[in-house]
Amino acid sequence: MRLVIEVWRQDTPADSGRYETHTVDDATPEMSVLELLDRLNDQLVEEGLEPVAFESDCREGICGACGVTVDGSPHGPQRNTPSCHQRLAGYADGQRIRLEPLRSAAFPVIRDLVVDRSALDRIITAGGHVAIAAGTAPDADSLLVPHERAERALDMAACIGCGACVAACPNGAAHLFVGSKLTHLSLLPTGRQQRGKRARAMLFEMEQDFGPCSLYGECSRVCPANIPLTAIAAVNKEGLRSFFRHKDD
Amino acid sequence: MTADSGWMPPPCTVAGARAGGVLDGGAPEGPLSTAWRRRRLEYRLVNPANRRRLKVIVVGTGLAGAGAAAALGELGYEVECFTYHDSPRRAHSVAAQGGINAAGENTVDNDSLERFVRDTVKGGDFRGREADAFRLGEESHRVIDHMGAIGAPFAREYGGTLATRSFGGVQVSRTYYARGQTGQQLQVAGSQALLRQVDAGTVTLRTRHEMLDLVMDEGRVAGVVMRNLVSGKITAHTAHAVVLSTGGYGNIYYFSTLAKNSNASAAWRAVQRGALIASPSFIQFHPTALPVGSKWQSKTILMSESLRNDGRIWVPAKAGDERVAGSIPEQERDYYLERKYPAFGNLTPRDVASRNAVAQIRSGHGVGSLKNGVYLDFRDAIARLGKSTIAERYGNLFDMYQHATGEDPYAVPMRIAPGAHFTMGGLWSDYDQMTSLPGLFVGGECGWGYHGANRLGANSLLSACVDGWFTLPYSVPNYLAPLLGTAPLAPDSAPVREALARTRSRVDRLLGIGGRHGPSHFHRILGDLLYEGCGVTRTQESLTAAITAIQQLREQFWSELRIVGSAERLNQELEKAGRVADYLELAELMCVDALDREESCGAHFRDEHQVDGEAARDDEHWAFASAWQVDDGQFVRHHEPLTFESVRLQTRNYA
Repeated sequence: MRLVIEVWRQDTPADSGRYETHTVDDATPEMSVLELLDRLNDQLVEEGLEPVAFESDCREGICGACGVTVDGSPHGPQRNTPSCHQRLAGYADGQRIRLEPLRSAAFPVIRDLVVDRSALDRIITAGGHVAIAAGTAPDADSLLVPHERAERALDMAACIGCGACVAACPNGAAHLFVGSKLTHLSLLPTGRQQRGKRARAMLFEMEQDFGPCSLYGECSRVCPANIPLTAIAAVNKEGLRSFFRHKDD
Repeated sequence: MTADSGWMPPPCTVAGARAGGVLDGGAPEGPLSTAWRRRRLEYRLVNPANRRRLKVIVVGTGLAGAGAAAALGELGYEVECFTYHDSPRRAHSVAAQGGINAAGENTVDNDSLERFVRDTVKGGDFRGREADAFRLGEESHRVIDHMGAIGAPFAREYGGTLATRSFGGVQVSRTYYARGQTGQQLQVAGSQALLRQVDAGTVTLRTRHEMLDLVMDEGRVAGVVMRNLVSGKITAHTAHAVVLSTGGYGNIYYFSTLAKNSNASAAWRAVQRGALIASPSFIQFHPTALPVGSKWQSKTILMSESLRNDGRIWVPAKAGDERVAGSIPEQERDYYLERKYPAFGNLTPRDVASRNAVAQIRSGHGVGSLKNGVYLDFRDAIARLGKSTIAERYGNLFDMYQHATGEDPYAVPMRIAPGAHFTMGGLWSDYDQMTSLPGLFVGGECGWGYHGANRLGANSLLSACVDGWFTLPYSVPNYLAPLLGTAPLAPDSAPVREALARTRSRVDRLLGIGGRHGPSHFHRILGDLLYEGCGVTRTQESLTAAITAIQQLREQFWSELRIVGSAERLNQELEKAGRVADYLELAELMCVDALDREESCGAHFRDEHQVDGEAARDDEHWAFASAWQVDDGQFVRHHEPLTFESVRLQTRNYA
């Protein structure tokens, strides 16, 4: 099928950027959005034009590298699905498709569809970790974790760090990302030891780059890892807990 | 068989290649079960107060790289760590699904360290280093404890203890897991630990940097040359030692289970600077990848091998059967693995499963519209255990399958086919994980050693973690200790200037070709050539033809490549071109290695060497690892003799 692609082009972070229109004649319904970009780029290179820069790596929905905005939706029209798995089945011959970067003040555009998401890692660096050095961990079987709690930790730990939640949020909040990490680590016996300290550090860093949460819920509708909306409650919960307890654990 | 018994390997008769000398892996003498403990006692130490005066560069932030960088940082060394990703968490370890092994003594299924070693060595078809397999098993428990403690939420039983499952090639249950996302959970935990060290100031992390060369100082590795992928700036970074943990090169096949950016360039540059590369043709084809469905498909998606615990593999008994799976009655289905290998059934090792699938597809029993897959069927498991149990075990894998194919695997069988997956071969290193270049260490899939000619499922996450967290933090300081008091090379020294000039001229050369095709064009052709010539099975004829074709393709590449854009900013075509250029050289060596090795072992299956369809290993002549040197365009095969003391050399038999 023939698709008319409106794609965002921006040479440098300082550049104002613009849409370019191209046509791909042999798109198929099984193709992913990223494979459509592959196809377009092949075409551009053969014509001697610069290909569209975009990020992707595993193409299995787990690395979190990919993320483009498709017709206004972060990752694409299909809910809770990463760009690499967004198929073109919903598009008809001759239809237009608009591709732009994940849009957020916290994610400056580097080039075309590539954005800088390092603000997310700054939050993890501030406190999204467990202070246990190599070789000092106790026997994992001596720290019992109820089955259900381990499963809940896994639900929250599934976050792939793609940043779509931030791009979907009208406020540019990172509460889903931060809340899932706080919950994940607070459910584990070793992670609990610095629960209060972690919440303080991560929330402080979060506020440097990201907006407040107004419970729009857009984040959990785009999240490719299906992080539930309850994760955002953990941000306030852990923050208040830490504030009132004044303790590191 | 030892080097001093007068034994000599067969002569190397491949054109453009010759035999070299004998290599010593440097494993401790004496019983292997205590070798690692004894070696650790021999290692030199560095006083904690002096550690910050010694600098280590780590390239890559997968399980091995993040682990090594974090652990060395925790110890107090100055660490500079590089990744071409925007975040350390994205390294391809993240995509491993099924699990991580640990040699268990606790359960009553009769597992033990010795059995772990036996399974690993036998699974690798006796072409790995046994001493390394012992270390792997010995450190496996600390890996589980550590990764769990730093945040990987392993699956738990209702009693709260760790849950395990079994994987291909073993008959015990020693695989720890976190649903089908074990790699992701370990990788996220590892990169968090790395970022903790960034926070503590011991590790400097540079993202979006790709290694383009090594800085060599009188035969030692003294640093790296990096390209900032955003600014295009090329800079040199020097240190007392360098760790390469840059992953495997399965992506050389174009259609592979690897990430799109996974590449061989850092490792191949080390080879060009004189490092040896062991067994480059030992490539694992994963039996449970998804079949290629269309030309523009970008890769072959991987489905975890753990699915083979409950899924049954079959094809229609009649060749060319056009009926849909549900209409084929039970007696007309051929559960060929269960039929041929009753003891292991659907859990035969990957090489056996892949080879049998290719045989079924080639003989006309393939399924799907392109007849290029086999069925993996959960019908019986769902009937036995219920849909909810299957969903809990494999839910995200089933979702992924549905995303990728549009088919519901709860209702119709999955279609799977072998896809290039893991490289058992890689930079040769000694027992201390140091390559043949002093100062250059290796961790994870980038290296070789543990997995022989075939890797067992769930051993790769383990080997990357053991290298990163529990081997390099011991062995790198041993190398660093005598260097105390010396400074890393100065930025304006001759070796640094030379490495920078070499890198810049290569980038200029790539940009200056001015041909017609982008790098992906050549990569796709190379992938087809390799699947055909050096794939699941190889012959003298296919390999010889592939070598000629690769040489021609390389010439075309250097005259017909076109890179649009400049080197002064983000240019993904330039990145790809550099990687494909290296693939075009490595591919030839892979074929040379496969052609040279006149036997079948593990994943290296030469049609000429088989008995009743099973690999015919030749221990009399080929019980050694080939470690290749690239010397002025000639390939030189050095050999490390392999001996086995705890496991008797035996024919693999999974029947």
